[in-house]
Parts: sequence; C-alpha cells; structure tokens
Amino acid sequence: MLLNQFLILSAVLFSIGVYGVLARRNGVLVLMSIELILNAVNINLVAFGAFRASVGGEVFALFVIAVAAAEVGVGLAMVLLLYRNRRSIDLTLIDQLRG
Amino acid sequence: MDALLTIASAAATASATGDGLALGITEGGSWLLRNVWLIPLLPALSFIGILFFGKKMPRGGSELGIAAVGIAFVLALLTGIAWVDHRDNFHGDEVHVAVVQLDDHGVAHGDDHGAGHEPGHPSLAVHRTATWFQTNGVEFTVGTLVDGLAVMMLLVVTLVSLLVHVYSTDYVHGDRRYTHFFAFLSLFSASMLLLVVSENTLQLLCAWELVGVCSFALIGHWWEEKPNSDAALKAFLTNRVGDMGLLVGVTVLFFAAGSALPDRFGSFSIAETNALANSGALSHTTLVVAASCLMAAVMSKSGQFFLHTWLPDAMAGPTPVSALIHAATMVVAGVFMIARMYGVFFEGFQIGGSSINLMAFIGGLTTIVGALLAFVQRDIKKVLAYSTISQLGYMVLALGVGAWTAAVFHLFTHAFFKACLFLGSGSVSHAVHSFDMKSDMGGLRKDMPHTYRTFMIGTVALAGLPPLAGFWSKDEILVGTGGWGLMGGTGGNGAYTLMLGMGMLTAALTAAYMTRCVYLTFFGEFRGHGEPHESGPRITGPLWILAGLAVVAGFFNMPKGFQLAPGSLQERFGHFVEPVAGYFPAISHATPSWSLAIVSTLVVIGGIAASGWYYFVKVEAASKAAGTSLTELPDGPTTKYPLARMGHTLLSNKYYLDHFYNGVVADGTKGPLARMANRINQDVIDRTVDVVGETAVKAGTVVYEKIDQLVVDGAVDASGRGASGAGEELRKINSGKVQSYAAILFAAATVLAGILIVLV
Repeated sequence: MLLNQFLILSAVLFSIGVYGVLARRNGVLVLMSIELILNAVNINLVAFGAFRASVGGEVFALFVIAVAAAEVGVGLAMVLLLYRNRRSIDLTLIDQLRG
Repeated sequence: MDALLTIASAAATASATGDGLALGITEGGSWLLRNVWLIPLLPALSFIGILFFGKKMPRGGSELGIAAVGIAFVLALLTGIAWVDHRDNFHGDEVHVAVVQLDDHGVAHGDDHGAGHEPGHPSLAVHRTATWFQTNGVEFTVGTLVDGLAVMMLLVVTLVSLLVHVYSTDYVHGDRRYTHFFAFLSLFSASMLLLVVSENTLQLLCAWELVGVCSFALIGHWWEEKPNSDAALKAFLTNRVGDMGLLVGVTVLFFAAGSALPDRFGSFSIAETNALANSGALSHTTLVVAASCLMAAVMSKSGQFFLHTWLPDAMAGPTPVSALIHAATMVVAGVFMIARMYGVFFEGFQIGGSSINLMAFIGGLTTIVGALLAFVQRDIKKVLAYSTISQLGYMVLALGVGAWTAAVFHLFTHAFFKACLFLGSGSVSHAVHSFDMKSDMGGLRKDMPHTYRTFMIGTVALAGLPPLAGFWSKDEILVGTGGWGLMGGTGGNGAYTLMLGMGMLTAALTAAYMTRCVYLTFFGEFRGHGEPHESGPRITGPLWILAGLAVVAGFFNMPKGFQLAPGSLQERFGHFVEPVAGYFPAISHATPSWSLAIVSTLVVIGGIAASGWYYFVKVEAASKAAGTSLTELPDGPTTKYPLARMGHTLLSNKYYLDHFYNGVVADGTKGPLARMANRINQDVIDRTVDVVGETAVKAGTVVYEKIDQLVVDGAVDASGRGASGAGEELRKINSGKVQSYAAILFAAATVLAGILIVLV
C-alpha cells in the first residue's frame, strides 16, 4: 500500500489551504480554504486507517465531515451578516478587536 | 399425570399425542372469529375521523360514529352466528403447553366438569396473537380470545352503544361540545370492545385504563360547572385505587405463570394463566394474593362496597353516558374480568365447596347497601345509580358462589333493562329540565306515554317479575347460591345460605325502591314548571328497542328442566357462553327449583306491595287531603320512630363514607404526613444547616484574616500587576486582523512541530 502518495497529496492540499487562509482577503475564500485544510486531514485519517486496516480512521473522518458542515454553516452566516452590515467581506477591514 | 388426564378429558378434544396442559383454545376457526379485531378497530377509526374532521361534517361527526358502531354491531352479530356454529361443530387442533409439574389438586373437582351441560362437545376459544413488542428475549403479544363470553359482550356493547349514539343525537343536540362528545363515545366503544376481546392481561389492563379515561372525560363533559369536574376527578381517582390492585395482581400472575412454564419467563396469557390455576400448577398462596389484588380492581371499577362512592357522583355526566358507561358496559368490566379470569378466582377463593368467601361476601354486602341507599335519593339518576351498584353486587355475588352463567346472564339482561331505565330518566329530564323527582316530576304518565311504558317495562324487569328478563337471571343467581335446601333446589358449588338471604332481601328492596321511583316520577300530580312533552323518535326509538329486549332477553336462558319450554330452548345462553375448556374451572351447576322461583316472586310482590301501599294508598290519600301533590307522608315513620330517623340520616349521608374518605383517610394521611415533614425539616435539616453555617462563619473569619488578607491578596496583587504589564506588551501584536492571528497560529504550530521532530 502506497501511503506516501496520500500523505503528499494531503500535505499539498493542507499547504494550499493554509496559503488561502493567510493570504486571501475574501471571507468566502477563507472559508473554502479552511475546508481544504479539513479535507487534507480527512485524507490523512482515511489513508492511515486503510494502512493500519482499522475502521477508526474512517469514523474520525466522518466526524470531521459532520463538524465541518456545522462550521461552514456558522462561517457562512457570519460572512452574510458581515456583508449586510458593511457591504463588504474583505477581512482586512474588520479589525474591531484591535487591542 | 392423573390430574393432567382429568383436565385433558374435560376438554375432550385433547389430541391423543398432545402432551402438556390443554388450554381449551385453538388457533383455527372461521374467518370472522379470527378477525374479530376489526370490531374494535372501526370505532377507533371513527374516533380519529371525528377528532380531525368532525366539526366540518354536516352532523358534527355523529354520523361517522353511528356508522362505525352500526357496522361493528353487524359484525358482532355475524361473529355471534359464527360462534354458534363453531361452538358445537369445530374439530380442529387444541393448543397445549408444557408445564413444570402438576399435583393432584385438579382431581378433586375435575370429575364433575360440565355437569349441567349436555355431555359432549367442549368449546374451543378462538385464539389469535401478534407480537406487540419484545424485550430481553421475552415476547409480549396482543391478540384476541374469542369465546362465548367475548361474543356476548361484543353484542351487548355494540348494541347498547349504537342505541346510545342514536339517542344522543337528540339528547345533546346543540351542545357546545357535540363533536367532542361523539369522539369520546367512539373512543369508549373502541376501548370497551378491545377489553372484551383481550387475549392477555396486559392488553386488558391497557383497555381497562382507556375506558377509565373515557369515563373521566365524559363525566366531566360539562366541566365548566365545578361539581361535574369534581365528580370526574373523584371517579378517576377512586378507580386509581383499584387499578393499583389490578397492576399488582397481573404482575403476580405473570411471574407465577413463568415459574410454572418451564421454557418461559412469564405469561400474561389469560388462557394459560387460567389453565395453570385450574390444573393446580400455581400455588394456592399465589392465587389468593392475585385474586385479592384483582378483587380491589373489581371493587373500584364495578362499584363494589366500599369503593362504590364514585358511581353515584358520576351521574353528573350526560344521561346517555350514564346509560352506556355507568350502567350497561364499563362498570361491568370488573364483573367481566372476574368471569374472564375465573380459574384464578375460583381456585384463589376456593369457591367450590365453601359456604362463604371474600367475593361472595363483598357482592352480597354491596347489593344490600346499594339497594338501601336507593330509597333516600331525590335525583332519579341517583336511584338508578345505586340500583346499578346493587345489581353489580348481585353479579359479583353470583360469581362468588360459583354461578358463573347466572352472573354473566344477569350482566346481559341488566345491560338492557338498566340502559332502558337510564335513557328513560334522560327522556324525563329532557322534558322537565331537572332530575329531581320530588320537586320537578310527578304525574308524567299522561304527558309522556312512551317513556312511561318503557320505564315501567324496565322497572318490572329490574324488580324481577316473571316473565321479564330480570326474573330469569335473578332467579338463576338465587338458585346458584345452592343455599335452597328445600325441595331439591341444591347442587351448587357450596351451601351459600347467607348469600341466598342477601339476594332475597335485595329482591324485595329492589322492587320497593323502584315502586317509589315510579310513583314519584309518573304518578300523582305534576310538581314542576312548564308543560312537559314527549321526546322525539330518536329518543323513544332506542327506548322501545331496549324495552323489547328487557322483555325477551330472559328467554335465552330458561332453566334446565323447565317444563314449559321445549328442551331445545333450555339453557341456550349457558350452552353457548359458558366455556367447557381447559382455561375454565370445573364448576358444578345447581338444579333449578320451582319452589325457589315461587318464593322469590312472592318476595318481589311483597316488596312492591309494601312500597305501593305506602305511596299509592297512604301518600295518595294524604295528597288528596292536603290538596297538593305530596312525595311522602307528613308524619311518616321517619318522623314517628327515632330508629327509622337514625336509619334515614345514615342513608342520607351515604353511610358517612365520603366523610370517612375525605375527613379521616385523606386528612388523617395528609395531617400526620405534614407534621412529620415539618418535624424533619425543623429538627434534622434545619439543625444541620445551622451547625454547618455557624462553623463555616467561624472558620471563615480565621481564614479571611490570616490567609486571605496576607497570603492570597498579596499573590493576587502581584500577579495582577504582572498580567497588566504583560498585557501592555502583548497589546501590540493584537492587531484585530484575523489573518495575522492565523499567521501566528500557523507559525507557532510549525515551531512546535519542529521541536517535536527534534526531540523525538
């Protein structure tokens, strides 16, 4: 079983995701990048699960998918409210928590 | 194996190869008998239909209820015909169960099984089950057990229910909850029909509670008035007392059956429980406990002394409800339950061969107590309510002395004439807008000829004059006591002479109080207001049908050896209704006697004569002298004799039972309970809390002064200053930009991962 290919794929996906989260200014794209990160993790989990012939990996991946769905629901709601209030979803403009 | 063989031969079709206990039931039978569940289903569907669509229907949903109950009645009739054929001509396989052990208990009276019946074909009840639910490997079933008793009850319930439905369309016409009323009538019919076909005690218990709920809802139909909702609550709560007994009894029997059946955990099956009790496989102690617990349920549901107090109050409900639920059907559920579980009661109370037992005594007491109370009522419905209590006592007495068929036959005839009387009283009150016989009735025979005639027929049937229905069933009960030693009228299950005396006394009392009731309602001069008029055809129609049945119902069971009837007409009811099967105990049957029939008739005539002399002669004469319509003599026995006055006061206060329950039992329980709770609260809990509190205060002072101020405060102050300084520095990286936070997060994670790699 070729574990490495999966790990490399997942690492690439993860990196793309991290790049998106850090560099993009569009809120929706940041959320999508977060999904990429989560799915990179899923690939990792499933790959290791298959590698070790244990069902635990798949189970965790399913949990992650469920949590990701909830997360994106909340995230999109926040983006929507941001847009309604400020007519923009540029994340760099939102800095009310500045110390 | 001796006992086993006796039982098996009693239920003669036990197949030669079949080992184990013969139950007297079969899984075969005709389509109608196997699909009897359709009958309760119809009113249940109509309940749902009325509930959701009733208000939109042109007649408020009543047409749906009448249609459902009408079809159910036709089905019940067809089922009855199917049963008559099945009873004598069915030759299928009988069900057997394996049993742990049998002692020789069954031999003692197993040999006279079926005496009084023509020998030959036993009856096999048609049994059908489906799994209800399964838990822990134990399967609970729901199903139907159809035998003569169930078929008879199906007929009575559907017929009376149908007539009451028709009657109600006029009686509650224009009521503010017309649709609601019919919905509950349907639900009640469904529950009662479910109860009578129940295959197991768990199902019976559920149906039992359902009819109780319907009774509650219908008694409180006009709940805006406080007495009505109080009466509904009283009925419900009094029944809870007995239901507790039912629950315990059913549970006891479940586990007892489980211990007697080798491969089973327990059994709710009625046929199995009864067959086990008959065969001697259950210990006598268990049966006594179970039968006594079940008896408590009978006492509340069937209004037996001393849990009968709810039934007269239940008259607060609409009159059709009183006729259907509190006279003809629901209140006989207790009697039905005894008849159903007769194996348990027969062995538990050792009815065969004794001369007194708990059930016969309670029944006998109830019948007298109820009849006496009927004398002092002003309210016509309460007279009938106490009469119902008294007649239910008759049935329980009959079951207590082993006269099973007599009891069930009395249930059958009583349903018709008492429903007739109740609906008659409703017709009267419809006309005079009151139930008070003394102030608002009198002389109605001229204005309401149909009601008057049907009421008279019902009265004569209830009093028990030949040849009306009540005579036959009452006489059979008196014969069944086996207490009539003269001229050959013996041969029951024991010499219950006391019960015979109680029954005779009640026969006289019944005749007397009904004479009083009829005089006050229909004779003398009208004392109310307005112009009473006869009710419409939807009220008089059911009255005439019931009156007709009150005349002819008795002929279904003319006694064996009765010379005036051909042999093919004797004991028909008993032949088709009384089981000859493994689940039914081996009871013996008393021989009817002319002398007893004549004496009991004379006693009834004596009762009528005494009461008639007082009302029709003395009161009538006093009324003429006074120029008004009197209801009692101005100087009657209650004013003349102190003893009679005391008796009257005792009866007017209903033996002070309500005072006893409310004042002594309820207050007596809640008073000491409250005092004890108060004492525990003050002395135990409060004291503990106080001590804990005082100690805590002292300890707290020490801690505050020494530790808190010096040590903790110092540390807190120092850390506060530290945090404030650190915060001042960290503020600078708190840009408020999410992505810079994320960058820090990832950077930190990378650093930590690097450390991990280096370390590991």
